[in-house]
Amino acid sequence: MNGVAMHIANGIVDARVSAIFAVVAVVALAICVWRGRADLDDRLAPMAGLVAAFIFAVQMLNFGVLPGVSGHLLGGALAALLVGPWVGALCVATVLAVQALVFSDGGLSALGLNITNMAVLGTAAGYLLVAGLLRVLPKTARGLAVTAFVASVVSVVVASQGFVLQYALGGTTELSLPAIAGTLAGVHTLIGIGEGLITATTVVTVAKVRPDLVYALRRFRRPTGPAAAPAPVAGGAV
Amino acid sequence: MRRRLGWFLAAGLLVAAILAGVVSNFAASSPDGLDATAREGCTFDADDTITGGTCMLQKEREHELADSPLADYGIRGIDNEFLSTGLSGVLGVLLTFAIGAGVFWLLRRRGRPADGADGTDPAEADTGPPARGA
Repeated sequence: MNGVAMHIANGIVDARVSAIFAVVAVVALAICVWRGRADLDDRLAPMAGLVAAFIFAVQMLNFGVLPGVSGHLLGGALAALLVGPWVGALCVATVLAVQALVFSDGGLSALGLNITNMAVLGTAAGYLLVAGLLRVLPKTARGLAVTAFVASVVSVVVASQGFVLQYALGGTTELSLPAIAGTLAGVHTLIGIGEGLITATTVVTVAKVRPDLVYALRRFRRPTGPAAAPAPVAGGAV
Repeated sequence: MRRRLGWFLAAGLLVAAILAGVVSNFAASSPDGLDATAREGCTFDADDTITGGTCMLQKEREHELADSPLADYGIRGIDNEFLSTGLSGVLGVLLTFAIGAGVFWLLRRRGRPADGADGTDPAEADTGPPARGA
């Protein structure tokens, strides 16, 4: 049953590097809890639970990208758009933990690797793109869709290169790293396009029904003075 | 407003449950981008065991919890694949929501609902619940 494995399995990256990235993941998630609490109120908390559940569901939907190769949503950009970078990373990490602990997907010893790539790097890259693009693109459904699409593609490719770094540090087989990096970047660009379409559709739909529930819109549409462009960390406390 | 958030959450969970419970059965079954790259360079027999070559997957070890009742997005004991995948997906959605919403609810900022600036110091919540009675 190898076909259902979606994340890094045990033994791909050696124990030492896996342990290092477990520490990296724990530290990063602790920072996300610390900063995310400023965002988490009575409304964002259940919404974040829904975002995690939705990402879990959509991760099950592999779509073909090349003959014999599929891909699935990772969710970092989607989470960053809907609930912000800090809580968003925690949403993706929740999904990865449930998958590893309950569905045997992604090794337990590799959980730190997977969380670092998909929850931390993927969400961070997605949010940086969102923050940049929403400031310059028109504040329309189309602008939001383009933002979601581009942020998703970049987020997925960055997450895949996180794995390349980990493999460079602790890969258990001697293989050409540039080849791995190139193959992964190529295939994840295609996966990112699929993820971009899903993310754009989802975020635009939520924005039409309940714009108040889209974190990125609350954050970047708020009329503020030019000097008050909020850093993602300000937590609204100006 | 609170009630409308409830409706939104219910609708969102329903969509997620349908995606994981029904649509998941029509998902592509070929290995994903990472897995396919990890298999590159090796040859496999019909049982998916490596028969030769060099690839990232060579030293893969089995999952610690490979015997989990929900391992590999199925439910052990249910032979109907459609039912097994679908039910495991719905369970996963509910479980992820319960854990996510539960943890985020415990972590949330207490006090007045936040509309713009509020005076709540996040540290306040750490000092425990307000003294009862007095």
